[in-house]
Amino acid sequence: MKNVTVKTFVAIGIGSALFFVLGRFAAIPVFANTSVNLQYAFLGFMAVVFGPLAGALIGLIGHSLIDFTSWGPWWSWIVTSAAVGGVIGIVGRKIDVEAGEFTTKSAILFNIANVVGNGIGWFIVAPTLDILIYQEPASKVYMQGIIAGTANIVTTAIIGTLLLYAYSRTRTKKGSLDKE
Amino acid sequence: MSSKLGLGYINRCSPVHSLTGATKFLMAVLSSVAAMITYDTRFLAAMIVGAAIVFKISKIRFREIRFVVIFIAVLMLINSVAIFLFSPEEGVMIYGARHEIAHLFGRYYLTQEQLFYMFNVILKYFSVLPMALLFIVTTQPSEFSSSLNRIGVNYKIACSVALTLRYIPDVKRDFDDISRAQQARGIDMSKDERLIKRLQNVLSVIFPLIFSSLGRIDTISNAMELRGFGKNKTRTWYNDRPYRIADYLAIAFCAVLVAVSIALNAVNGGRFYNPF
Amino acid sequence: MDNTAIRFTNFGFKYNAQARPTLYDINFAVREGEKMLVVGPSGSGKSTLAHCINGLIPFSYPGEITGTLLVGGRDTKKESLFSLSKTVGTVLQDSDGQFIGLTVGEDIAFSLENDCVPQGEMISLTKEAAAMTGIETHLSHAPYELSGGQKQRVGLAGVIVDDVSILLFDEPLANLDPATGCGAIDLIDRVMRKTGTSVLIIEHRLEDVLYRHVDRVVLIGDGRVVADLPPNELLSAGFLGEYGIREPLYLTALKYSGVEITPEMSPENIDTMRLYDADTDKVKSWFACPAPPPRVSSGIPFLEVLGVNFSYDEGRKALSDISFTVYKGEMLAVAGTNGAGKSTLAKIICGFETPDSGRVLLSGKDLKDDGIALRGEKIGFVMQNPNQMISKAMIFDEVALGLRTKGLSESEIKQRVNETLEICGLYPFRSWPVSALSFGQKKRVTVASILVLRPEIIILDEPTAGQDFRHYTEIMEFLLRLNKTGVTIIMITHDMHLMLEYANRALVFSGGRMLADSTPAKILTDPKLVKMASLKETSLYSLAKRCGIENTSGFVQHFIDYDRRVRNIE
Repeated sequence: MKNVTVKTFVAIGIGSALFFVLGRFAAIPVFANTSVNLQYAFLGFMAVVFGPLAGALIGLIGHSLIDFTSWGPWWSWIVTSAAVGGVIGIVGRKIDVEAGEFTTKSAILFNIANVVGNGIGWFIVAPTLDILIYQEPASKVYMQGIIAGTANIVTTAIIGTLLLYAYSRTRTKKGSLDKE
Repeated sequence: MSSKLGLGYINRCSPVHSLTGATKFLMAVLSSVAAMITYDTRFLAAMIVGAAIVFKISKIRFREIRFVVIFIAVLMLINSVAIFLFSPEEGVMIYGARHEIAHLFGRYYLTQEQLFYMFNVILKYFSVLPMALLFIVTTQPSEFSSSLNRIGVNYKIACSVALTLRYIPDVKRDFDDISRAQQARGIDMSKDERLIKRLQNVLSVIFPLIFSSLGRIDTISNAMELRGFGKNKTRTWYNDRPYRIADYLAIAFCAVLVAVSIALNAVNGGRFYNPF
Repeated sequence: MDNTAIRFTNFGFKYNAQARPTLYDINFAVREGEKMLVVGPSGSGKSTLAHCINGLIPFSYPGEITGTLLVGGRDTKKESLFSLSKTVGTVLQDSDGQFIGLTVGEDIAFSLENDCVPQGEMISLTKEAAAMTGIETHLSHAPYELSGGQKQRVGLAGVIVDDVSILLFDEPLANLDPATGCGAIDLIDRVMRKTGTSVLIIEHRLEDVLYRHVDRVVLIGDGRVVADLPPNELLSAGFLGEYGIREPLYLTALKYSGVEITPEMSPENIDTMRLYDADTDKVKSWFACPAPPPRVSSGIPFLEVLGVNFSYDEGRKALSDISFTVYKGEMLAVAGTNGAGKSTLAKIICGFETPDSGRVLLSGKDLKDDGIALRGEKIGFVMQNPNQMISKAMIFDEVALGLRTKGLSESEIKQRVNETLEICGLYPFRSWPVSALSFGQKKRVTVASILVLRPEIIILDEPTAGQDFRHYTEIMEFLLRLNKTGVTIIMITHDMHLMLEYANRALVFSGGRMLADSTPAKILTDPKLVKMASLKETSLYSLAKRCGIENTSGFVQHFIDYDRRVRNIE
């Protein structure tokens, strides 16, 4: 599955549409101006199922569309979303949910990918780009990165893992289906 | 995309509309690159004035984008306060001078340098914005993917973007239908409840949404392959538009902007223009 | 070269994911220029057969092929998906999935784009194909501005633009209302004549496809070809029912009357069928047999809709001055074509949308101040696609979800859920994962998850869309049993059979107006109304006319009641 096929590009298209809708309409407000961003849990899930290219592009396209249709592009964070999807896809490429199995090992592997991907993205890429592009104070952007990153790691750990588990249940093992 | 989803295409007859989508996309990217490279106040201000003129030409009325501008202004205000709280002496550090205006409290002093720096941050953001907005409101979605392909993006990726634009209204409609049907069962994702409870409610909406949408991937890729998608190294486009002189001029102008912006870094001996 | 378009020889196929083959020993051929219908119930392997012809098997769905399949004289195994797509044009069942362009023009041109056809040529070819299917005035429309029938026209234009020699339709009628379905069958017929292609239609709605002549019908059952006959012979053979295919209603009525169907009568079309006086006499005397009295409503007004008007934001008037009453214990159908306003009506009753004017009363109480959740406790809503409602992996948890949200005690939840599962016939499955269920069973789970909240009315949106006869019967009989326990049921549907057979009353909508409020048998035998609402009159009406029966609605009602008795005995 994870080799790049027509299906990968369709997954990128549909995935970005879902990323957009989740980001724009399904955020859970926690308190003023802060919300749990469900789209990153979904991004982690898609990156593992469809591979790093899909992960990176869903982050890039989905996030760009959210920004472009609401407040204009904030490039540093758009690039970050793409990086998160790409890294989770690379680190998690060993997880094979298509075969219909989702073990404790897959869950651990997924969450390693989650921490590495969101960690690199939000703790390193986002603040560094914010400093490079916008020359904002380091203490501010690192604090923002740590808050956003931690929130996304937690959401992805919970919802992303559940999504993968549910998805694996819908897949079938080779030669396993038989009419009763 | 319909306007309900935020900003969308506004159909007018103007010189800006008649540029190809690729041109406008490049203009948005190049002008934001130019605005990103430098922090020269004069340059950023000039870009905003220039963009305002292009807006005028495009016949897009201010009230059509007013809500976006106000929204961003509020966002930038919050951002500025945050910058001040985290680093009240950032401007002093950058400009290497200190003109104190007033002492507020604790370690917080109001300085000319800090105010000027924050003014520049806001300016920078507003100079990136207009071309991006202009691109969205003057480009027909169906022309967009051929534009991307034209500026060198792989056509399969360009088609992914087209699919995204095609299916956003469907996914949004499904999202509305599902969340209402769940609300009727007492599962309300917008209701004020404990976080865990609310999370559960949200999951009851997004899980069916995600899985029923993913179920479409197979059908759509079948439909595409059955019509020869991916057969050749390139493809042609039904909605392609030829480049005209105006397109080349517009792109060249934006390229010059980038060059000027790089040159300014050398002239100013850094990214900032320092009046102090 | 021989003149066969498609030839199966001892063909078999097994998916990698399955333990046993889906197709066995398939032997049949489609000649050039022939129109062939493949019928079979869900799970019989007819969709797999379609995938074999267009090359999705084996190129997208891996598996083991035995025997050979020649398409255009060439062995599919040795071809590629792309080379086959130049010979076979496939129109998929899901017209939203088939429609990948942002506008009609782009979608039709999609395969030309992939073939690197220059833009100028592409535009003229696209216009030509659009004109052929009658969609040329909509080239710049977006998919959400089109009806289901129009989307299907776009789908067809998108394959004939390629100059294919075989057209393959996978369940073309599944998402269409009957009048639009007739239009689609007629269009297929016209396009076929103009282009000289061979046509293969995969469907289970036999009567609707036979609206236009087909050369041969292949019946598939359990992965094997059961029959390969001209339609007149197949219809006379009388074993369709055994394979889960519903024969045309007029033939069932003739058989009930004791008329023997023979190929010489050419039974494929009710209007041209040969009927002798002896036959029509038998029908008349059958009609004279006493029928059971019709179901009467309780007469207790329950849900009242008074003078409701509604427009969407875009200013399109969706409902104009709608008033009606639903009585306690009714099983009501709200019928009409797509876009008639019936779904909007459901949204207003459930409180998803607020009417511009007018009121909705339940047991005499105005609901205007009740939010979605509060109304939901009294009025349950079941979506068309069960996959869009189910969020839990286990059946028990799914049904319990609404109660858990209310914060009931776990013991009370258990008792209520089990009780509901019992009513819905799902109790033995309570610890099963939802993913192991069939579509019909999933539907029952969604009904159970609403029923457990003890609503007084349940509204179902297209409860049986896309289902074959067996699943249709299973779902509808379940709803009927539920109705008999006292639950008032409102069904939103464009399925004429459904309203005829299961509703005690029907409201007919068209263009946002309510045209009729009567019994289904009366509605479907009123030619003027049928035309105005773009419904389709039942073939029973035509039969009654041909037999000289004046009381056509009485005849239809008689048939429904008689048919129920016969089928229940079986």
